[in-house]
Amino acid sequence: MTRASFNRRAVLQAGAALSAAAALARPAIAQSAGRVVVIGGGFAGATCARELKRGGFDVTLVEPSAIYTACPFSNGVLAGLRPLSRQQFTYDALKTDGLAVVAQRATKIDGQQKRVSLSDGTILGYDRLVLAPGIDLRFDALPGYSEDVAQIMPHAWKAGEQTSLLRSQIEAMPDGGTVIISVPANPYRCPPGPYERASLIAYYLRTQKPRAKLIVLDAKDTFSKQGLFQAAWKALYPNLEWVSMSSGGKVIEVDVGQRVLVTEFGRHKADVANVIPPQRAGEIAALAGATDRSGWCPIDPVTFESRQQAGIHIIGDACIAGGMPKSAFAANAQAKVCAAAIASLLGGQAPQTPKLINTCYSLVAPDYGITVAGVYRPVNGVLTDVEGAGGVSPADSSPSFRSLEASHADAWFRTITDEVFG
Amino acid sequence: MKWVRRMREVCISIGLVMASSPAMGQPAVSPPAAPPGASSCSGCHAPSAVGHSIGALQGLSAPDILDALQAFRNGEREATVMGRIARGFSDGEMRAIAEWLARGDE
Repeated sequence: MTRASFNRRAVLQAGAALSAAAALARPAIAQSAGRVVVIGGGFAGATCARELKRGGFDVTLVEPSAIYTACPFSNGVLAGLRPLSRQQFTYDALKTDGLAVVAQRATKIDGQQKRVSLSDGTILGYDRLVLAPGIDLRFDALPGYSEDVAQIMPHAWKAGEQTSLLRSQIEAMPDGGTVIISVPANPYRCPPGPYERASLIAYYLRTQKPRAKLIVLDAKDTFSKQGLFQAAWKALYPNLEWVSMSSGGKVIEVDVGQRVLVTEFGRHKADVANVIPPQRAGEIAALAGATDRSGWCPIDPVTFESRQQAGIHIIGDACIAGGMPKSAFAANAQAKVCAAAIASLLGGQAPQTPKLINTCYSLVAPDYGITVAGVYRPVNGVLTDVEGAGGVSPADSSPSFRSLEASHADAWFRTITDEVFG
Repeated sequence: MKWVRRMREVCISIGLVMASSPAMGQPAVSPPAAPPGASSCSGCHAPSAVGHSIGALQGLSAPDILDALQAFRNGEREATVMGRIARGFSDGEMRAIAEWLARGDE
């Protein structure tokens, strides 16, 4: 389906120009028709690069890491439900497809000359540039927190070493200890992620350290799938306490020496402190001049082209996607729409107005899944929920329904990672 | 690779058709590819049956897919997320998506 989507899309569009069809039929021509550089090899970037490559374009994927560690399901690693290796993917299949994957960091973008500089001094020219840098953590936004402190109070909001570190701390904690998760205000990567994390850590504690406590200190009063999470917590995890912003949940400082999280109302001592700090678009987006004062990237929802930098598209967590959450599913969906739009633009055609779908799966327990879904379309320049569509799992669902959604979560992860990296 | 090769052949043949068509600028083939919403589907639905709990779309005809989408939307077919997703699409959009997904098998 996706393998053929591009060629079909480009060729069969109403009024498709012959030149575009010919370009897609013969990559040699496509190379003169369009060079695309994609920066960032996650769910957004790798998807977009593959789609464009399949369309016959001259594509270079710039990604410094040889191994990608996926965030979705990494909360299962924290709970000891799966090894980190199940989160890890290489770019071998992309290279086998003939995609140029360059293991360098992009250091500079010249939007006027349409050139990307890499850390080894290489300069890549482009006709269209796609930025998919994901998030950077704002270590400056929380007094007392820093990259060094994250070695003691992990964020584990970029999966990999941080995930392993937090897992080892939770494992080593004595029964009767306290785990505290600090959750930032919106927007941030994976809106339901902190609450899935709380659920799965609570599951681990209930089974392995039943006298332990888990406290969620939140900078918000409401959160994604809140009713479903809280109903599940009440039934399953009596030792899980959620503290809303209004009740003093907002962490304003961390005291790493004392292992204390300071809120507006008091001090919370943790045996294990998981601090999820505020975030912004990955640094290269700011270097490209594509971020606004919020630290994220405003885009045209039809093409994902920057509102600030012509010829540069931003997809995935880094972009401001209106109603769409910062999720892997959304990143993958946006990448496919962006690739189609770039194909149209390089072929001299008007891009089609898209619709996009998002589904976020969360596990409350290994066999207890919940979901939120949405359908989005551009309205007045903003990706907007289609009225009447979307929403969360029914509140009164049966155990078999919850179990099916947990199975679907696993199926989704395997399917999407196969599409992106397989 | 098989896909790519086959689509190249299709592209080339379409190119030839268009090149020889007296009505240049008229679409040689319809409907358009990847209609709105369609490209999101592969996030959950694998292109071939792989034994997951989420059904593959391989081998389904356009009418099969359209019927399923409409039944999801109307609540006649049990679903986890598909009822919520299907409510975001009109009959025309569903038809286009169904035709496009079914063609992925050809």
